[in-house]
Amino acid sequence: MSEHELDTHHTRKLLAGQLSRFLPAEAVLTTEEDLRPYECDGLSAYHRLPLMAVLPETIEQVQAVLQLCQRENVPVVARGAGTGLSGGALPLSNGVLLSLAKFNRILEVDPINRTARVEPGVRNQAISEAVASHDLFYAPDPSSQIACTIGGNVAENSGGVHCLKYGLTVHNVLQVKLLTIEGEALTLGGSGLDAPGYDLLALMNGSEGMLGIITEITVRLLPRPQQTRVIMAGYNDIAHAGEAVGAIIAAGIIPAGLEMMDNPAIRAAEAFVHAGYPEEAAAILLCELDGTDEEVNEQSTQVEQLLHHSGASTLRVAHDAEEQLLLWKGRKAAFPAVGRISPDYYCMDGTIPRKRLPEVLTRIGEMSKEYGLPVANVFHAGDGNLHPLILYDANQPGELERTEELGGKILELCVEVGGTITGEHGVGIEKINQMCVQFKPVELEYFHAVKESFDPDHLLNPGKAVPTLHRCAEFGAMHVHHGELPHPELERF
Amino acid sequence: MNGDDTQVLQAKIHDALARGTRLQIEGGGSKSFYGQTITGEVLSTQRHRGIINYESTELVLTARGGTPLSEVETALAKHNQMLPFEPPHFGDAATLGGTIACGLSGPRRPYVGAARDYVLGCRVLTGKGDVLHFGGEVMKNVAGYDVARLMTGAMGTLGVLLDISLKILPQPANEVTLGLDMSPDEALQAMNHWAGQPVPLSAAVHDGSSLMMRLSGAASAVAHAQQLIGGEPFANSKDYWLSIREHTHPFFNDTRPLWRLSLAPAHPPLKLEGDTLLDWGGAQRWMLSSESPEAIRHAVEEAGGHATLFSPHEINADIFQPLPGGLKQLHQRLKHAFDPDGILNPGRMYPDM
Ligand SMILES: Cc1cc2nc3c(=O)[nH]c(=O)nc-3n(C[C@H](O)[C@H](O)[C@H](O)COP(=O)(O)OP(=O)(O)OC[C@H]3O[C@@H](n4cnc5c(N)ncnc54)[C@H](O)[C@@H]3O)c2cc1C
Repeated sequence: MSEHELDTHHTRKLLAGQLSRFLPAEAVLTTEEDLRPYECDGLSAYHRLPLMAVLPETIEQVQAVLQLCQRENVPVVARGAGTGLSGGALPLSNGVLLSLAKFNRILEVDPINRTARVEPGVRNQAISEAVASHDLFYAPDPSSQIACTIGGNVAENSGGVHCLKYGLTVHNVLQVKLLTIEGEALTLGGSGLDAPGYDLLALMNGSEGMLGIITEITVRLLPRPQQTRVIMAGYNDIAHAGEAVGAIIAAGIIPAGLEMMDNPAIRAAEAFVHAGYPEEAAAILLCELDGTDEEVNEQSTQVEQLLHHSGASTLRVAHDAEEQLLLWKGRKAAFPAVGRISPDYYCMDGTIPRKRLPEVLTRIGEMSKEYGLPVANVFHAGDGNLHPLILYDANQPGELERTEELGGKILELCVEVGGTITGEHGVGIEKINQMCVQFKPVELEYFHAVKESFDPDHLLNPGKAVPTLHRCAEFGAMHVHHGELPHPELERF
Repeated sequence: MNGDDTQVLQAKIHDALARGTRLQIEGGGSKSFYGQTITGEVLSTQRHRGIINYESTELVLTARGGTPLSEVETALAKHNQMLPFEPPHFGDAATLGGTIACGLSGPRRPYVGAARDYVLGCRVLTGKGDVLHFGGEVMKNVAGYDVARLMTGAMGTLGVLLDISLKILPQPANEVTLGLDMSPDEALQAMNHWAGQPVPLSAAVHDGSSLMMRLSGAASAVAHAQQLIGGEPFANSKDYWLSIREHTHPFFNDTRPLWRLSLAPAHPPLKLEGDTLLDWGGAQRWMLSSESPEAIRHAVEEAGGHATLFSPHEINADIFQPLPGGLKQLHQRLKHAFDPDGILNPGRMYPDM
C-alpha cells in the first residue's frame, strides 16, 4: 500500500467505527463491491469510488453523520437516485457518500391546501401517483421522473417538458427542511406562499447539494387539466419551425409543452418507438395544449392554423390518449433512442434566446463536421433549452476528449448568443470550466461567499458547481494557449 | 431621460464606504412606508432608467431599476402582455427596482406566481461597490446559485438592483369577475374548492361580505367556469381588482394598524380581534387589528404562517416576523457577504441587519 492508500484505509476504518455507534452495520458500506453502484451518476464518463457510503434512515442519523464529518473534516456528497447528468453526485475519494434513498415516504397529502409533504428520496412520479385520486398532480416532470428523487430535483432545480406553462421545481416547492453541515435543522419557506426574510428557499433550489442536506419537501399540487391535446408538425426548414414557436407565443398562447427535434433526433426516435414521425423532415414540433375542453378546442384550432401558415409540411393531431402518448414517447425516449444508434452519447444542456436557434444550430452543425462527431438536437423550444446529443465511441482513443471539447464549445456558443451553459442539468463537475466563461471572477467570489455562509469549511459537495479562481486561471490559460477561443474578435459578456 | 447611471451609483457606494455613511436606496419613494424606518443618505436610482430590451415573442423584458413601473406596464400592454404577478404600485412614482426589491405581488399571485417567480436575472451593485450579473435573459438557467431570486424581496439590503430581467406573459384574452354573498368561513371553503378544480381562476378575495372570484383565459373556458361557479358577473371588475391591489378598497380606510398574514390558504380564520379581508384565495389575509403584536405573531406562528406589520401606525414592533436563531445567523452572514460594512438600507428589514 502507498502512503496515500494507507491513509485512506486508516480514515475509512476510523470513520466506520464511529458511524457504527449510531448506524446499523448494513447502512455503512466500505467494500469496493458495495461501493461500485455509487461510483457515478447519470454522467458515467466521470466515476470514482467514495471513501465510504452511508444509508441513514432517520433525520437524527443524518444529523449525526454530518456532525461527525464536520468534526473529522471529511467532505459529504449527497445522493438521491443518481440520475443527475452533470456529475453532481459524483463521489469524492476522501469523502462520505450520503444516500437519501431510504427517505422514501410521502408524509402527508393535503388535498384542500393542495400540497404534499414528502421525504427527499421519494421519486418524482410517485408524488403525482399518490395524489391522482384527488385529481391533482405535481407539475415538474423531468424525463427521468420514474427514477429521479424530489430531493435531487430541488438540488438541481429540474425542469420537464411541461415547465413552459407550469414552471420549474423552484416554482412548485413551498417549503424545504434541511440540515446544515453542523447538523442544525432549518426550515425554509412555510405553509403559506412566502416566508419572512431573504428568499433562501429559492436559493436552495439548484444549489447542487452544496448548501445543506434536504430532509423534507412540501410541494404545491395543481388540479389535473380536464383535457389535453397533442399536435405534431413537420418542417422542411428548421428556421420555419422556430418561427412557428414565436407565432404561437405572439398569439398569446402558452402551450403546456412545446418541443422540437431535428432530423437526426427524429430518425433515431422513429427507429426506436415508431411514433410515426416524418423521417424526412428537417424538424418536428410537438405542441401540447391543456385546460378545459372548451379552451383546448379553441386554442387547438388557432395553433393548427398558425402551424399551417408557418409552412408546416405535415400536421397531425393525436386522436386519442394512446396516440398522444405515442407522440410523446418518441420525444421522451429521445436520449435512449440516440443511445441505440451510437455506442455512446453525451448530452448537453444550454439555453439560448429562442430567436437565435437557426444560427446556433447552423454553428453546431459546422462544429460537428469539424470534429467529425454527429450531433442530434432535442429542444425545449418554448423556453429555449437546447439538448445537443453528441454521438461518440468511448472505445476509440481520444474520442471522449474530443467530445468533451466539442461540448465545451457548444456551451460557450450558448453564452456568446446571450444564453447559459445549463438550463436544467446543473453544473456539477461537468461544466465547471464553462462557469469561468459565463461568470467574471468577482461573481464567482460572491458564489463562494454564499456557500461559506452555509458551509464555512467547504465540506458539502466541494469542488462542484462553482470553480475556484485558480481553476479558471488554468482553464483560461489553456484556452488561449491552444488559441481556440471561438471568435476572439467578438465582445464577451 | 433614460440612461445608464451605473458609474455614478458605483462611485457613490465607494464614497459612502470611504466616509462610513449609511445609504437609503430610493426609487420613487412609493414604498418608503414598507419595512423598518431607517435613516441614511438617499441613494436615488431615478437617473438609472429605461427599458433595455423587450421582445414580446421571447417573453422577456429587461429594464433598469429606476424605470417607472407604469412605463414597463404600458410597454407590455402595447403587445397585449403583462407582468404576471400584478405588482402593487402604491403610488405613481413606483419603480421596477423598488417593486422587485420589496417583492410584493397582487391578487393573481396564487394562480400564476410571485414576483420572485418571474425574475430571470439581474445586474446588481453590492455594498462593496461590485457590479455583478446573475441569471440572464433566458427562461431556464441553473448556472450558479440563484442570486437573482435572492435579491427579490431583500429590500435593497444585499445590493442595488441595477437591471432586472423578467419573464412576462400574454394578457388573458378574457376576464370575468363573479360575486357571491357568503361568510368568511364559507368563502375560504369555496376559494379552496375552486382552486383545486380545473377552472381558470386568477383571483379570489373575500372582502367582508362577498366572495369575489376572477376568471381569466380563453372566452369559452371563462364562460364554462362561470356557469359552474354561478354568482353575479361584476361590471366594474378592473377597478375592483385595482382597489384590492392598491389598498384603495374601503376596507383599508381605517385607523387601526394593518397586518399582512401569510397562512396556508385553507387555514380557518385566526381567533384575533379585528377585521379581515381574505386575498390570494386565503393565503394572504389583510387584518385591521389593535391586538398586541405579540398576540398576533404568536397566533400566526401557531398556524404555521407569519405576519408583517404592513403600515406601522407608530406602534413599536418588528415589521417582519422575527427569525429563529439559525436562520437569523444565516441572514447575517449573507448580508455580510454582500454588504460587509452594512451601508445598504441597514435595518430596513430587521433592526440588526
Ligand atoms: C434519461 C434521463 C432524462 C433526464 N431528463 C431530465 C429532464 O427532462 N429535466 C431535468 O431537469 N433533468 C433531467 N435529467 C437529469 C436528472 O434526472 C435530474 O437532475 C434529477 O433531478 C436528479 O435527481 P436524482 O435524485 O437522481 O439526484 P442525484 O443525481 O442523485 O443528485 C443530483 C444532485 O443533487 C444533490 N442531492 C441529491 N439529493 C439531495 C438532498 N437530499 N439534499 C441535498 N442535495 C441533494 C446531489 O449531491 C447532486 O448534486 C435526466 C436524466 C436522465 C438520466
